[in-house]
Amino acid sequence: MPILVNGTEVEPPADPRVSLLDFLRERLELHGTKLGCNQGACGACTVLVDGSERILSCLALAVQYEGRAITTIEGLSGNGELHPLQAAFIECDGFQCGYCTPGQICSAIGMAAEIRRGVPSHVTADLAADSIALDHDELRERMSGNLCRCGAYNGIVEAIRETFASEGAAK
Amino acid sequence: MSPFTYARAADAADAIRRGGEAQTKYLGGGTNLVDLLRETLERPAALVDVTGLSNAIEERADGGLLIGAAVRNTALAEHRAVRTRYPALSRAIVAGASAQIRNMATVGGNLLQRTRCTYFYDDDGSRCNKRQPGQGCDAIDGFNRIHAILGASPACVATHPSDMCVALAAFDAVVHLRGAGGERTILLNDLHRLPGDRPDLETVLEPGELITAVELPALPFAARSTYRKVRDRASYAFALVSVAAALELDGGTVKDVRLALGGVAHKPWRAWKAEAALRGRPATVENFRAAAEAELVDARPLTHNAFKIELVRRTVAAVLGELMEDHP
Ligand SMILES: Cc1cc2nc3c(=O)[nH]c(=O)nc-3n(C[C@H](O)[C@H](O)[C@H](O)COP(=O)(O)OP(=O)(O)OC[C@H]3O[C@@H](n4cnc5c(N)ncnc54)[C@H](O)[C@@H]3O)c2cc1C
Ligand code: FES
Ligand code: FES
Repeated sequence: MPILVNGTEVEPPADPRVSLLDFLRERLELHGTKLGCNQGACGACTVLVDGSERILSCLALAVQYEGRAITTIEGLSGNGELHPLQAAFIECDGFQCGYCTPGQICSAIGMAAEIRRGVPSHVTADLAADSIALDHDELRERMSGNLCRCGAYNGIVEAIRETFASEGAAK
Repeated sequence: MSPFTYARAADAADAIRRGGEAQTKYLGGGTNLVDLLRETLERPAALVDVTGLSNAIEERADGGLLIGAAVRNTALAEHRAVRTRYPALSRAIVAGASAQIRNMATVGGNLLQRTRCTYFYDDDGSRCNKRQPGQGCDAIDGFNRIHAILGASPACVATHPSDMCVALAAFDAVVHLRGAGGERTILLNDLHRLPGDRPDLETVLEPGELITAVELPALPFAARSTYRKVRDRASYAFALVSVAAALELDGGTVKDVRLALGGVAHKPWRAWKAEAALRGRPATVENFRAAAEAELVDARPLTHNAFKIELVRRTVAAVLGELMEDHP
């Protein structure tokens, strides 16, 4: 069964040891997804499954995702147009070296979908609430799986807040 | 990584047939196993992907829940019945790892995740009885700040790292198993072993036995439950100490209580002694502290983790105090 990567069907690797991250970067030469810690601790390798579910490609074997759709940073812009969140990162200085940026952007898109679904976080006060507002604390907690060694956090938070300000119902 | 084959199990019967072969490991989300494969701490010849098994959360007529082993951690935390009937479980899950990892991790894999003892991971430089039985343990006289204070042995002082399991332990969760010999159920509290002289044997599972589901018995007062995790940074870190608790009051008296601790032992630690010390007693902060004390009589700190003893006292008292104040 093929894997759908940014809309294109590709055959999974013959060797099941190949991680999804290595598959994307080395076999498909999609270098946007970054290798950071390679052990789940930094979020640089974050990609989206089936449109909006964020996962870590370094802890995934490519073969586990046969039959699924993977979106990487390269798949977010179309017809020469940046994704609104990519534009906001530029606007808000959401990066310095840019190494963590593809992971931050994919992660934030996944986060917005989680907020829409009402997935609680560690800082959600009322677990019974039907909707959760994406306030400053919620945003930071939900993005805590993505580290930025340059410490560009203020710009990152600002870009995500601007793009998804309307997510979740206002409390 | 050493070479291995990969196959997806069509169903539980197919999984146990494949899992019965020598050197075969089940694969859930892979968030722990892929890391251990890369570190060559696990060297299976075959992986059987069990994420196609049940991912349903069934609501029982009596209010209990039956949770398929392939349910993702996020799906469990966000389920309305979990958020409202067992809030400590939702809270424990979202206190663990990161959103990306919780999207990948399964219930079965979370139960069987391995310790985060740094000496266990340091294959080249350290001795570890869990990795290589009989080798010795470098944690006992090493940097053991994150290690166990309860139930440890001279062979091993590692802790079980799961947050989710601590809440499941408090709620008397039942683990459904299936193996070559058929199906059986055991209490989550009996699933993990204390290290004794065989720290390499972490659970009572038979070789090839598959976790098919986790059952939460009905527990109406679990609706008033919570989970608190104390760690070195505000997010994305393992617990130093954690507490899952549920409290039922009758006026000012403790009618019933559930209490379990994380970060303190080789298994999620149900605080039976503390619970017994509290039932039928006035609900006061002094009694909450005394209950924690009762649990800690057998605590044995190592060189660098004595702070956990006071941390357990304070966290237990704070969590029960919070539940008491929320009481109508
Ligand atoms: C950076 C990082 C931070 C983390 N922080 C936390 C934290 O703060 N708190 C916390 O609780 N956890 C934390 N985790 C651990 C995480 O919760 C576990 O890795 C995860 O729950 C494992 O689930 P999985 O489905 O990915 O298991 P896998 O990695 O697929 O498998 C783990 C084990 O379970 C076995 N297994 C899987 N399914 C079954 C089954 N159905 N029957 C029998 N055996 C099975 C596998 O053979 C393997 O031995 C962290 C992980 C990482 C990488
Ligand atoms: S490279 Fe995957 S989390 Fe760091
Ligand atoms: S911008 Fe450099 S790591 Fe984030």
